[in-house]
Amino acid sequence: MDTKRLRGALPRLVVAVGVVPALALVVGALTDRLGANPIETVTHVSGEWALRWLLASLAVTPLRRHLGWTALAPCRKPLGLLAFGYATLHLATFVGLDHFFDWRSIAEDVLERPYVTVGFAAFLCLLPLAVTSTRGWQRRLGRRWTRLHRLAYVAAIAAVLHYLWLVKADLLSPLVHAAILGGLLASRWRTPRAETP
Amino acid sequence: MTHRIRIRHGWEVAEREVTDPELYLRRREFLGATGALAGGLVLGACGSSESEAAGAEGAPARRADLGPWDTDETPTSREDATRYNNFYEFGTGKEDPARNAGTLRTRPWSVAVEGEVARPGRVALEDLLKPHAREERIYRLRCVEAWSMVIPWLGIPLGEVLKRFEPTSKAKYVAFDTLLDPEQMPGQRRSVLDWPYREGLRLDEAMHPLSLLATGMYGEDLPNQNGAPLRLVVPWKYGFKSIKSIVRIRFTAEQPYTSWSYEAPSEYGFFANVNPEVDHPRWSQKRERRIGEFRKRPTLPFNGYAESVAPLYAGMDLRKHY
Repeated sequence: MDTKRLRGALPRLVVAVGVVPALALVVGALTDRLGANPIETVTHVSGEWALRWLLASLAVTPLRRHLGWTALAPCRKPLGLLAFGYATLHLATFVGLDHFFDWRSIAEDVLERPYVTVGFAAFLCLLPLAVTSTRGWQRRLGRRWTRLHRLAYVAAIAAVLHYLWLVKADLLSPLVHAAILGGLLASRWRTPRAETP
Repeated sequence: MTHRIRIRHGWEVAEREVTDPELYLRRREFLGATGALAGGLVLGACGSSESEAAGAEGAPARRADLGPWDTDETPTSREDATRYNNFYEFGTGKEDPARNAGTLRTRPWSVAVEGEVARPGRVALEDLLKPHAREERIYRLRCVEAWSMVIPWLGIPLGEVLKRFEPTSKAKYVAFDTLLDPEQMPGQRRSVLDWPYREGLRLDEAMHPLSLLATGMYGEDLPNQNGAPLRLVVPWKYGFKSIKSIVRIRFTAEQPYTSWSYEAPSEYGFFANVNPEVDHPRWSQKRERRIGEFRKRPTLPFNGYAESVAPLYAGMDLRKHY
């Protein structure tokens, strides 16, 4: 396979790999292998992967610019959509399985518990990005599209805060994600604005 | 006042009553069947528990008739209760303890008794347990993380054990330490908490007949990940009060250091009584997910043991003393 075709296949490969954790959850649910607290397992796995794919999508531009990995550029959109997909699963689990559509207790959680509030805010940031991820919307919004899609950083900051605030004592994993996000933000900071695609 | 009298009455009747052995055996069958249904793996473990219970350390288990404390709620499957644990000494993941606790050596084991007592000293586990008959008690366990289980414990009443050491009049609290040994407890190599894990009770709480010093569960000795060989079970408090793998008991005049209340004082109090009215600052305590069930259920004050233990806190503001 020549490099051009490989490049063309890369986004599809990303999607194929990206759905594996979700498929593992489905298989786990069907075979009763999600542990003693399956709802918690689905919540944790979907949330962790939403954050990971979001950070991966944010890593595309710095990697392209600083390391010249241009082949990754077309992967940004599928990575972002994967993040949105897992975030949707995460929120759906919270609403449907954890709270069983008890809207009052859901509203209470969202309004009164800061870690739920920022988690919900992260999802609200991702929502317009997913909607405007098509070529058509990109054309229609022009320069504003780029500005709008900087919301991905806001979403990532909110998601990391969400993670940091919810753990009991072991901050290792949220701090690792926070450090990666910090590195990504720093790499953008140094780049002049004119260069932003 | 009427409450108090009714509780005493219930307890005294319970002590005089003789457990119907036939009923006891039938409950066993029920337990075994439940385990098999839920896990499919545990039939052997539960089915043979009769002999194992008798063969395990201490005197043979007798079923305590708990009167108002007893529960006919279905016990959590043994599989779930032994693989979903908070025991940070073996890792912070729920399934880490079951994976990593094999390194814990539970024999020989001894407990240091210190502080405001007439008879301090180091006691071998066997000597600590010998004078007492092991009882089976089915208690609800409510974790501060808003999940719960129902567990058939084997153990001895904590108060009866503590009395043997003859606490002095200065003793107002009793403190417990978990083993400190990063070799056996790999989780202690990371400073997630200020090791060793420490917990404590007011002496009257410790003396309450509900407080149990457990050595077994599901008719067998405790698995390592559940706090072998000796742990506390205080069913009206959040699970983190029920300290595992105890090596030290200290009687004190002042309220002792307790791990989580020092780690995050705004989130975990010294008392940590189960209370649906007082939320954890980061999540609600109104409801809980019983492991094995889908929908959440309401959390009961004092985890359903209010009638027995609420008088211990008469006049206290439970919002302040959470």
